[in-house]
Amino acid sequence: MENIKYITENFGKYDISSIDSYMSIGGFEALRKAVAMDGDAVAAVLSEAKIKGRGGAEYPMGRKWSQARVVKRPHHCVVCNADEGETCTFKDRELIKNDPFNLIEAIIIAGWTVNAEDAYIYLRAEYACLRPRIINAIQQAEEHDFLGKNILGTGWSYNIHLYSGAGAYVCGEGTALIRSIEGKAGRPRMKPPFMKQSGLFARPTCINNVESLSIVPHLLRNALPYMQAGTKESVGTKLISVGGNVNKPGVYEIPFGISIRDIIYDLAGGVQEGRNIRLIQFGGASGKISDDRILDIPYSYESFAANNLIIGSGSVLVIDERTSVIDFLRYTQDFFLHESCGQCTPCREGNRHIRIFLEKIKNGIHTDEDIRTMKTFATVMPMSSLCGLGETAQNALKSAFTIFPEVFTVKKSAGGI
Amino acid sequence: MIEDSGKFDLNDELKTQIETILDNHCHDFTQIVGILLDVQEQISQHYIPKIAAFYIADKLPIKLSAIYDCITFYDALSDKPRGRYPIEVCDSVACKVNDNGFLLETLKELLGIDFGTVTYDGRFTIEKVSCFGACDRAPAVKINKIVYGPLKTREQVRDLLKQFV
Repeated sequence: MENIKYITENFGKYDISSIDSYMSIGGFEALRKAVAMDGDAVAAVLSEAKIKGRGGAEYPMGRKWSQARVVKRPHHCVVCNADEGETCTFKDRELIKNDPFNLIEAIIIAGWTVNAEDAYIYLRAEYACLRPRIINAIQQAEEHDFLGKNILGTGWSYNIHLYSGAGAYVCGEGTALIRSIEGKAGRPRMKPPFMKQSGLFARPTCINNVESLSIVPHLLRNALPYMQAGTKESVGTKLISVGGNVNKPGVYEIPFGISIRDIIYDLAGGVQEGRNIRLIQFGGASGKISDDRILDIPYSYESFAANNLIIGSGSVLVIDERTSVIDFLRYTQDFFLHESCGQCTPCREGNRHIRIFLEKIKNGIHTDEDIRTMKTFATVMPMSSLCGLGETAQNALKSAFTIFPEVFTVKKSAGGI
Repeated sequence: MIEDSGKFDLNDELKTQIETILDNHCHDFTQIVGILLDVQEQISQHYIPKIAAFYIADKLPIKLSAIYDCITFYDALSDKPRGRYPIEVCDSVACKVNDNGFLLETLKELLGIDFGTVTYDGRFTIEKVSCFGACDRAPAVKINKIVYGPLKTREQVRDLLKQFV
């Protein structure tokens, strides 16, 4: 399969501790281009490339930036969400590890586009070992006047601050994330007000994922290879994290449109010891699942939507036949039970009770009534939960109802107790 | 409830370290999570003793309850003493399907402890944590910020533990 390197173009090409090395391969040229452009023009480039938020929410990035820049309130800020907590997602780790200056450049371009005064990087505590790289990159950018006062003679001032998360999955959610930066426990809040109007410290805030941001400098430098890759609706390339029972787990850059079979059997080297696939989960713990019937569909937003799947954070978790569907759902449910902040009842109690039902199914003592109640909970939770966590926690379960209905049938001998 | 850490000695050295940490964070109470993480790192048992929490609450315009709201909310912060080398075992699906059960059992057996207890020499605790983004090295553990994996055999686990004295 053709090997495409666009977002990962700089990987291994420069010394990640030196800004001069980064500039020698064309670093900060995109920023120079951006400051010569109007913010709307930068946002238009993103809209044309049809970039959707790569953290999981899939919100069109160009629209996000153009909406953020027109908010008529002072003290705009940009937040870089480096809190990738979805299970089996580790693409942002690779981006920060191998290309920190590109991220810094992207955050500066974001600030320029949305007229921001400050940027905040929210780095998950689990990636604390990457802190020195980011701090070094920020410092060197400051020394070279890419940050601070009067950047590149434009009269615009901008600073980047690095904040650390502390191991809470829910802090990947925008409102929880900003509370965490504000020094509070990361419990999400109701929207509106929306982030773009009143976010971090009540300032208009534009939150972007590391990967979404990382694409921007590349696009401004040379958009052509990106625009030529992918499909009509899903332009360009994507970083995917493949893990689970595959021979070569890791982060791969792929053009949209290649088949899932190619991802699993070509890139990731197939399933361990040639076993069969039980199920595949896309987009992290909050993603949906399917079995090997989708192996030949293309990896793109439109074909995933048609097959009731989501790309989300871009993770591909392959589970082989040794793990049963119910065990997988129990593991996922354990995760959400642990990570639910406990603030709103549907999520707190829903997760707890569904966990109990799954345990019953595992032990073969469930009844039709249990399954009905479980289905009701799985429907009610997304409608009534406060934040994205509660809304998406049952995605895997709900897709299991359709893909693996046999798992939930009540055996005559066990039922009716 | 907050574990009584009354025996903990908040000595002058630690006080100075906390002062430096507060200076580094510009005495900005919004940076409390970062401050607590840094303080926790200074303490060999990787937790925030009650007396240290009181001390920080005293130095910043923030209530003790707000500090404990953070300590109890975030998994990376602890109010209970841990080992000098807390072994954080990833318990997410990617590690589970790569048999982290064997890893957990081996660790428990080799160290002779269960979750939530410290080895007799104060070196290790075993903790189950959510995905820390090392699924390409599953089953993995993290000890003081460093990831080790994949750990699939008893020998690998034993060799790993030997590194920490």
